[in-house]
Amino acid sequence: MPRYLRNLILALIVIGVLVGLDFVFQAGIINPYYTRILMLCGISITLAVSLNLINGFTGQFSIGHAGFMAVGAYSSAYFSVNYGMNLANSLGGGKLGWIVALLLTTIVGAVVAGIAGLAVGIPSLRLRGDYLAIVTLGFGQIIVVFLNNIEAVGGARGYSGIPIVKSFFWIFLIAVLTIVIVYNIVNSAFGRALISIREDELAAEAMGVNTTRYKVMAFVISSAMAGAGGVLLAHFDGYLNPKSFEFIKSFEILIMIILGGLGSIVGSVIGAIVLTILPESLRGFAEYRMVIYSLLLIILMITRPQGLLGSANAFKGFRKRLRRLTEGPSGTASSATQSETSVGGDRR
Amino acid sequence: MSTFLQQLINGISLGAIYSLIALGYTMVYGVLKLINFAHGDVYMVGAFMGYYLANGLGQRGAQMLGMNPDGVVGRGLLGGGTLEPSLITALVVMLLAMAICAAIGVIIERLAYRPVRKYSRLTALITAIGVSLLLENGGQVVFGAEPKFFPELFRKRNFDLVSGVTINSADVVVLIIALALMIALQLIVYRTKTGRAMRAVSFNLQSAKLMGINTDRIIAFTFALGSALAAAAGVLVAIRIPRIDPLMGILIGLKAFVAAVLGGIGNIPGAMLGGLLIGITETMVVGYLSPTYKDAVAFAILILILLFRPSGLLGTVAQEKV
Amino acid sequence: MKRILIASLVIAGLMSACQQQNGGGDKVRIGVFMSTTGTTANFGISSVNGIKMAADEINAAGGINGKQVELLVQDDRSDASEAATIVTKFVTQDQVNAVIGEVASSRSIAAAPIAQNAKIPMLTPSSTNPEVTKKGDFIFRSCFIDPYQGAAIAQFAAKTLGAKSAAIMVDRKNDYSTGLEKVITGVFTKFGGKIVATQSYQEGDQDFNAQLTSLKGSNPEVIFVPGYYNDVGLIAKQARDKGITVPLIGGDGWDSEQLYKIGGTALNGSYFTNHYSPYDTEPKVVKFVTDYKKRYNSTPDALAATAYDAANIMFDAIKRSKSLSGPDIRDALQATNAFPGVTGTVTFNQNRDAVKPIVMIEIKDGGTYAVRERVNVEGTAVAANQ
Repeated sequence: MPRYLRNLILALIVIGVLVGLDFVFQAGIINPYYTRILMLCGISITLAVSLNLINGFTGQFSIGHAGFMAVGAYSSAYFSVNYGMNLANSLGGGKLGWIVALLLTTIVGAVVAGIAGLAVGIPSLRLRGDYLAIVTLGFGQIIVVFLNNIEAVGGARGYSGIPIVKSFFWIFLIAVLTIVIVYNIVNSAFGRALISIREDELAAEAMGVNTTRYKVMAFVISSAMAGAGGVLLAHFDGYLNPKSFEFIKSFEILIMIILGGLGSIVGSVIGAIVLTILPESLRGFAEYRMVIYSLLLIILMITRPQGLLGSANAFKGFRKRLRRLTEGPSGTASSATQSETSVGGDRR
Repeated sequence: MSTFLQQLINGISLGAIYSLIALGYTMVYGVLKLINFAHGDVYMVGAFMGYYLANGLGQRGAQMLGMNPDGVVGRGLLGGGTLEPSLITALVVMLLAMAICAAIGVIIERLAYRPVRKYSRLTALITAIGVSLLLENGGQVVFGAEPKFFPELFRKRNFDLVSGVTINSADVVVLIIALALMIALQLIVYRTKTGRAMRAVSFNLQSAKLMGINTDRIIAFTFALGSALAAAAGVLVAIRIPRIDPLMGILIGLKAFVAAVLGGIGNIPGAMLGGLLIGITETMVVGYLSPTYKDAVAFAILILILLFRPSGLLGTVAQEKV
Repeated sequence: MKRILIASLVIAGLMSACQQQNGGGDKVRIGVFMSTTGTTANFGISSVNGIKMAADEINAAGGINGKQVELLVQDDRSDASEAATIVTKFVTQDQVNAVIGEVASSRSIAAAPIAQNAKIPMLTPSSTNPEVTKKGDFIFRSCFIDPYQGAAIAQFAAKTLGAKSAAIMVDRKNDYSTGLEKVITGVFTKFGGKIVATQSYQEGDQDFNAQLTSLKGSNPEVIFVPGYYNDVGLIAKQARDKGITVPLIGGDGWDSEQLYKIGGTALNGSYFTNHYSPYDTEPKVVKFVTDYKKRYNSTPDALAATAYDAANIMFDAIKRSKSLSGPDIRDALQATNAFPGVTGTVTFNQNRDAVKPIVMIEIKDGGTYAVRERVNVEGTAVAANQ
């Protein structure tokens, strides 16, 4: 059957499943506490998969993701509070009105975050590796500092009064959309260009790939999706505080995709779920929670830096390259010369 | 005008601290090409080691001896007796803290960084983040999350310089000790055999190995040195501002890294210069613009520097080789 | 595929670990969420101490109507989202009858809608931001609100101290501080005073030299420092080092044993508003302070006292309540009339805020407090910023 028809049917099935699950959760059969955790998982999936696009598939080490989340969250919150409510009411105050308002606010959040991504990406993506990491970290911090000072969104006191939308359907629709978008990008010519940039940027440039353009594009898309995640967060508890978007948040998402394996969408999903549920199950050891986290991270890096599903990725053929990417050549003298020129090593 | 001078002095005091921490960053990066995120936390551990050395040893020691613990600081190590608050006490506490943190630095390197040396820099960076988180949260568990009050290691006095401009004796001490340590470091790196080995390793690890240098030991030594400096900074800061808590190293670590980059990463005088510049700029922004943007200053400088002169002020411009 | 299976098993295992024992009908369960770690850990720890002491006292006396009180205490790590998750767990999984918390208004604000939705009464012992109780009729507060406190501070400076000019050092990272700053500025100006300089810092900062140097230039007669004890101690010290000698005035965020430890003699002669003074000679206060000292080996600060009162107010309401259902406890809470607490008598007004007196404390050499004045905030002062 023709491709588009098959995709259409697939999409309808997914939406049907989501709507069905949404009814189940709304009926309150399942404990609201579990539902809450599940929905937080959905948000984490959106954030993790979007970060993986730039870190895992394009190989650019960005650790300012929380900044874009914040931008998306705050801009959509501002929109919701000042325009969204009126919009929904003027459209009759019924379900349709709310859906439209929600749609608009999500678009606002994603677009503004994307623009922020553009603003940050263009100057930063000239840099490599460690420097890029620190610059993105810096931008993330600057965004938080600015948010602390903007009175219109509450400043350091936080922004409250955001309409609360705890919709399983909405959250997981965005999560599924994120996955679909990233999957399609990765399996397209665009994605091949990104992966070539990750593998060897100089070679890609030499082969005529406009690396800056692709890097920026991936960055913008990734930030926009992070912004969408931020929108979900903002409307989850109806309250935002700049403190929740400091670099520790970026690290949390980074750990999710490291755990799942860079360059693996399924891995990011699993990593996101595991690391959202883990704090809850460790609630008994609340004090030691973060200590266990950090120990896990270190041990993970030492023993299995490619993460759970690191060697499985969208492009089966590149599995070997990916392994060398994260493992690097072993430190024997014979491969000493290899390390300077081959994949992995310290070009990034 | 006197306000300006005062702010300048404030800035230099602050900058000296950044310089000390930046030195450790720059050395480790020069040798291993690794941003040791945990460096700022070693600084924190140094401050806490100083706290326990000064407090616990001193007061409990006095109690055990049946003496009045008030005013007593460090248990005598130079034979018998207890130490009164004085400059000597401060130095002793600082040196001890430095020694402890040097050991901690070596342990961290051995356990966490050496196993990932064979992997990519990305992996090493993430491991560094992990160690940093471990130190911070472990610190919260072990030391307790609420801030502690650092005892007065020596009596502070204010000196009036020009009209309206005061400088605190603590600031003077911090400046002098920081300077002394930096000079000592410069001597070690440029005038000793070990220093030469360090420079060799920073040029090319593989070649240094081939030349017979025990790179593992040199790297361990570098870490030890850097951590010792961070610990010194920790104790000095605690003397100036007597409040310490397990999360105090995060932001200052990042800013010190910016200082290292500003001066040219891998460049020792550059780290000193970078630290001072950032300290002064930050103080000026707080004093004349708005204190709320204080933390953005360092990062803004970082972004500007990386955009226009990535090799830093005193660094050499490196050509990218294929 | 095998790996995905393993991962799924791990996830399932983790989910099951989230179980919490379901409540028994034989106990009164109260969820307590506080921040016992972080820069203001002291506040959370003190509050939990006060609540635990109250619970043990009432259990020793036979419980509430024969039922023992069970406390579920959770640390929200000073994170608003954590607070919301914890309270969600309280009102669903753990099936508590009531919730006590939080100290910081930002976290109370985040958690309140959840309690309100679940129709479980929530009582905050020390969040002073007016927004908190506006979240719904199940949300109560047993302390004064910032407009009231700020007015008291400004009034004291203008009338009692007779200051005509003042400077403010405000903590921008902190809703408590910025809220107070607004009120103080408004009321002080209304009383004819002039704010000659405003400087800000961020909670957790170590170095205030730059701001203090700027402040000094404008020659204020008093300096308002409506921040937390952590920073205030350092600010006082550095201010004196810089040669600033005028008194500092602040709010209940100053109250902690740590304050004098950090600030020392730099704080002598400064003032702050508080819910009570541990050196008060009233018998009720004396008994509370003695018991607390015996149990915890430290002097109870205002947060321990307000939390202790909040717990007892809650117990009293549950005792009077027709049943253990949320709405019934809520009604009993609202009906609380002149409850004799350690921090004063408590009645809830129609906004579910407590109407209580404020004391202005003067810090004496050595760290003891003297009650300088029981402030009667003038009507005009309060109305000035509603």
